[in-house]
Amino acid sequence: MTLLRSLLLRLATMAVTLFGAAVVVFFVIRVVPGNPIAMMLPPGASETDIARLSAHYGLDRSIPEQFLIWLTGVIHGDFGTSISLRQPVMPLVLGRLPATLELSIFALVIAVIIGGASALAGTLWRGTKTEAAIDVANGVGLSVPDFLWALVLILLFGVLMPIFHISGRISPSAELPFVTQFYVFESIVRLRFDLWWDLLKHMFMPALALAIPLAAIVSQLLKQSLKETMHLDYVVLARTKGYSENHVILSESLPNAVLPTLTLIGVQFTFLVGGTVIIERLFSYEGLGNMAIDAVINRDLPLIQGIVLVFALMFTLINLLVDMTYALLNPRLRHA
Amino acid sequence: MNSISRRTVLKASAATVALGMLGAKASAAIDELVIAYNVNLPSWDPTVGPSAVNPTIQGIYQSVFDQFILQQPDLSPAPGLLTEWGWNEDKTKVSMTVREGVTWHDGSPFTAEDVAWSLTRAADEKTGNPIQFIWSTLTNIKAEGNKVTADVARFEPTIFKWMYFLTGYVLPKAYYEKVGAEGFEAAPIGTGPYMVEKFERNAFVRLKANPNYWGGKPDFETVTIKFVTDATSRVAEIESGNAHVTLEMPYEEFDRLKGKEGLAGTAKPISDIGMIFLNDVEPMLDPNVRKAAAHAIDKKTLVDRLLSGYGVPIDTLETPEYLAYDPSITVAYDPELAKKLLAESGFSPENPVKFKIQTTRGFKPKDYEIIQAIVGLWRKVGIEAEIEVYEIAKHYELRAADQLAPAAFYNWGNSVADPTTSTGFAMFGPSPHSVWDGKDLIDMIAPLWGEADEEKRIAGWKAVDRYIAENALVIPLFQYVQPILHVSGVSVTPHTSGALLPHLMKRA
Repeated sequence: MTLLRSLLLRLATMAVTLFGAAVVVFFVIRVVPGNPIAMMLPPGASETDIARLSAHYGLDRSIPEQFLIWLTGVIHGDFGTSISLRQPVMPLVLGRLPATLELSIFALVIAVIIGGASALAGTLWRGTKTEAAIDVANGVGLSVPDFLWALVLILLFGVLMPIFHISGRISPSAELPFVTQFYVFESIVRLRFDLWWDLLKHMFMPALALAIPLAAIVSQLLKQSLKETMHLDYVVLARTKGYSENHVILSESLPNAVLPTLTLIGVQFTFLVGGTVIIERLFSYEGLGNMAIDAVINRDLPLIQGIVLVFALMFTLINLLVDMTYALLNPRLRHA
Repeated sequence: MNSISRRTVLKASAATVALGMLGAKASAAIDELVIAYNVNLPSWDPTVGPSAVNPTIQGIYQSVFDQFILQQPDLSPAPGLLTEWGWNEDKTKVSMTVREGVTWHDGSPFTAEDVAWSLTRAADEKTGNPIQFIWSTLTNIKAEGNKVTADVARFEPTIFKWMYFLTGYVLPKAYYEKVGAEGFEAAPIGTGPYMVEKFERNAFVRLKANPNYWGGKPDFETVTIKFVTDATSRVAEIESGNAHVTLEMPYEEFDRLKGKEGLAGTAKPISDIGMIFLNDVEPMLDPNVRKAAAHAIDKKTLVDRLLSGYGVPIDTLETPEYLAYDPSITVAYDPELAKKLLAESGFSPENPVKFKIQTTRGFKPKDYEIIQAIVGLWRKVGIEAEIEVYEIAKHYELRAADQLAPAAFYNWGNSVADPTTSTGFAMFGPSPHSVWDGKDLIDMIAPLWGEADEEKRIAGWKAVDRYIAENALVIPLFQYVQPILHVSGVSVTPHTSGALLPHLMKRA
């Protein structure tokens, strides 16, 4: 019951947050310099032409008036039409979302695997050169930004050893039988492992670039948590009972040590999704981030609003999911 | 962290790159030509929206659609879908002859009706064509047989030039009316050399050669244009052998790669120039300050040092390919003269004139660095300029509102080579693109807009250019050179407009 009430409260807060984000974005992008009409003025355009184009795109009205029109549309499911792409905003944004989600989840999986494995290794061989090497690697992973990792990976696996694809989401020559935009998921369901492999070869470098900094954070935090639990009574007891060190770490320490890491992963995942903007651009990956950059360059106001709203929704949902998972896993919160 | 740029990393690493694999891939027979393109294609309708006036996208449009009139690589017009065009004697009517035997990509015949409908649609303000003000100078457009005629509502000497410029495309009347705007976006057809096979927004477009193209079937049966907007990634694409052709990369990268085994480079001047707008506000109202600012810039050294020699210094807004280019108009690099002029207005290196100069950073090659160098040159003669970096979107907005700083760096493109679309729109006060509102210049330019005598019109623009240069109303800097890298198995014909056209590429 408490959990349900908490969930409903969170959903209500989410709605307020999204409305707030929509208001802020709507007004801010209209106040900052950069008018979409000025962007498309051809040589020789006159004041009349500017007025004509402004009216064509509904930008001749006051900002509150524009907001009311937009909000009425949103309530009726119409998020406006993209100025540059000349198509309804929401289908465009939702069409791109799966690509970004797949990339982000793949990056998260890589980060958890690398970070988790190195944390366990660091704990198992604590106080040795292995732990020192893991600490150094974590330091490097954290201090180098994802876009720089992207460039290093492009050089290594795109140019020097051309194993992976540098740009795009799938090879242009591939015939796609997909009906959704969740290509990776659908390729597995359809047992099209040729396409799955092609998708992975496109996704690997951007996902790894996004994953490396997060893997370092996961590794550091989980290792620290594990080390702290190693001195707790129940762990010492398990050790005195004669359980192996592997058993002690995996079965006794890890379940408790993983909780703070889980919360952190949730928070960091939102940053990781934010990081896709630059990474998708670098790898010409056809996701939401790449579309966001184009929308900003073209001052495509309706598209920017749609993308920001979807990003905001995604972030609040991730936070909600993390909180709920944490509550479910943590008996103290579950019964509070 | 910010001091390490992506470019620096690539350059540093490049020295270690082994290119053994490149030669093999590059020289292999090319079945499918892959081009790493520098922009995305937002929309397939080449006549509406922001992409219609984006010069870089025109190369993709021209692969699928034909313009009314063909433009050759040297910018000169040639018969295309229209084989003849012109005015009647008193310039009250235009007539055009339409090429026969041409078919649309769906196999239906191309007719004069398509031309008349395309012109009428372009002139209709409801479609949102940004060049509507030009197309609307033609009214009562009619098709009869293979002829199209129209009345001239307002004489526009450049109307036929716009027919191979922005939004000057012929679209299929029957098909468009059948499928509508949305259907056309989903499955565009044209009469151009390539047909759209597959399009993934922000990723790629795959083109198939049009076997019935009136200009002859293109050399490459399949062309994939990948949209790779990041220059570093484009360099990696060609270096790894994943692309056969790419364009617009740092000149240092171009120099590094063009001599590599299996790769070649083409670098030709295009119709884009770098310039500094001067706004008629203080201190630019003082002719000595303007002239000193112009004479203090060593354009050749800027091009040599910062653009690795890839640029052509210019002294007017006309490049050598433009119709009104006059080589006799020059503005010499003369720092001593600059000092003397400033001294006449009471300024010196110890007591400099101060103003702001705006520039983009990274929008054009070395834009910020060029302005930094210019500010350094100015400082030596008695000008202290403060640099403000802004986004290109802000530049457009400020320029349209006539609120640019006293000096502002910009690049201007004019792929039809007419003086109206260079000097005219950039310097005519009432134009939203001009920030110099001097009445004397307006009076000189105004009669030229409707001048029917072509010889007189061009001579008039040359006189305007001379007046501008003598009074330093703008500071033209250089003409850009477009770097194109390609594998040695492909021969690329560069187009002076800057459009990279797959149908002009052949097997070497």
